[in-house]
Amino acid sequence: MRGFLSLFRHLEGPQTAGRGPAFWSLFSLVLVAACAYPLFSDGYTVGNTVYFFVWVFIALSLCLIWGYGGSLSFGQTAFFGIAGYGYGVLTINFGSAYGFTLVALVLAIAIAALFALLLGYFMFFGRIAGVFLGIVTLAVTLMLERFMAQTAGPEWHIGSARLNGFNGMSAMPPLTIPWPGEPLVLFADIGLYYVVLGLLVLVYLGLRILMNSAFGNVIVAIRENPERAEMLGYDIRKYQLITFVIGAALAGLSGVLYTVWGQYITPSSMGMTAAALPLIWVAVGGRSDLTSTLIGTLAVLAAFQALTIYGSQYALVFMGVLLVLTVLIAPNGLVLGTMNWLGRFAARFTQRAG
Amino acid sequence: MSLLELRKLNKHFGGLHVTNSVDLTLRTGEIHCLIGPNGAGKSTLFRLILGEHHPGSGDILFAGENITALKSFARIHRGLSVKFQVPGVFKGVSVRQNLEIALQSRHRGAELEAEIGRLLAFLGLESEQAQIAGNLSHGQKQWLEIGMAISLKPRLLLLDEPTAGMSPEETHMTGEMVQRLNADGMTVLAIEHDMAFVRQVAHRVTVLHLGQVFAQGSIDEIVADERVAAIYLGQAHA
Repeated sequence: MRGFLSLFRHLEGPQTAGRGPAFWSLFSLVLVAACAYPLFSDGYTVGNTVYFFVWVFIALSLCLIWGYGGSLSFGQTAFFGIAGYGYGVLTINFGSAYGFTLVALVLAIAIAALFALLLGYFMFFGRIAGVFLGIVTLAVTLMLERFMAQTAGPEWHIGSARLNGFNGMSAMPPLTIPWPGEPLVLFADIGLYYVVLGLLVLVYLGLRILMNSAFGNVIVAIRENPERAEMLGYDIRKYQLITFVIGAALAGLSGVLYTVWGQYITPSSMGMTAAALPLIWVAVGGRSDLTSTLIGTLAVLAAFQALTIYGSQYALVFMGVLLVLTVLIAPNGLVLGTMNWLGRFAARFTQRAG
Repeated sequence: MSLLELRKLNKHFGGLHVTNSVDLTLRTGEIHCLIGPNGAGKSTLFRLILGEHHPGSGDILFAGENITALKSFARIHRGLSVKFQVPGVFKGVSVRQNLEIALQSRHRGAELEAEIGRLLAFLGLESEQAQIAGNLSHGQKQWLEIGMAISLKPRLLLLDEPTAGMSPEETHMTGEMVQRLNADGMTVLAIEHDMAFVRQVAHRVTVLHLGQVFAQGSIDEIVADERVAAIYLGQAHA
């Protein structure tokens, strides 16, 4: 029990911005607001918010692997797609009765994680690092996209699930929770909203604990100086691999939730644009901090959608400009930069007051 | 009793023999300095001992065990530790966290806090503990890395130019630090160019030249050796 409680000590620490009563009060306030929000909104807008939330998991996965671990994975979308298609294949074949969609969710993530374990083993135990890691992971996701894009013919099917090439796979059942009387079917509005919000809070807090633990210390040490970390006796390959697999599982969670949300998944979810966008969200927010990544991702997604109304090409150009500006003005990320500035300001203020 | 034994260690990059059949024995409890002109193969020898490079032929024995095929981290677990030539601290995190990363695999909770405090005091970095390590002075970075290296309580401490870039006072303090560690039972192998430091701490000195052991003895014997003076002046081939 004490061991369990000691985990909560790690909710704050040097690896995560935000600490103390002020931060957690604000956190609770935001959480309460997020819980109350569907009561004051309509089903479509809530569904749209779920769509934003869905992407946060893949952003957090990149924050973990790249921001904390220092390994740039350009192919988180590969795990996103594998899990998305995995969910589709499983549920189209076995249906949604007896809570199987929940089993499928877990299995689909497990498949993505297993794939990451295999890929990561060859990369990290083969000592691939730096830009080469980015190239390999990007190549993998583009390869998967190309592969799935040519599966249009009827010969491409797994059981009764047609892969459908570039049109993608659709009509998989939404998440369905068995319930006495009638099962709860989570369509992309209020029902799914609370489930995804719950998962988001769990993952966010879980990652905070992980990053402030001894494990997180080693991950950051590897980012700062892998040679030194190894010469302190850490088998850095194992730590990198575990981080990569956790990241892949989170990207997979994103993929399953995306598939569940729209009841479709296409090869372009693993394509070049899809692979590049999470990098921008994470870089703009602040890749080395979970909270900054979370806020940054939601803000950029909302801005992107608002701009898309005027034309998606312009929105993409804007994303590029935003990335360049971030790198030039606040290389650590706009949200993180602002949070640090506010922190310094508050410290100076309290110093003067004291 | 020998702690480290290098037997006919060879390493070549292409046609360049960086270490050429090096035999070297370190006695338990000694401070041994490795000197030699630039390019003599000193740092390569360290990398071979640490497992960052693998020798073309030859064996490395540590406390009687052949560790030639072991990975670096496994050698660290056997009781080796190193301070690199360029200070290898974790620049982006605080001094305290640097030490925590080094110490956390052996200590937890209150014990970990106590160990960090003890090490900060030993290094004289107490007032800098909250600073980001990248902001430390060069000398302080060197000490911090020495601190991380000794936090593993190694049997053999490898120091690659521990006093590079230090003032004479800092060099002397580093020498005293090394002597205190040695008095506690740590065997030390140091690459060093600063002769004042070598004179201060070394029990024995080995001169490496063109990848080979050129001379070995006490500092006085080495200084008196005219051949050693000659290679430093670049006249060995004359």
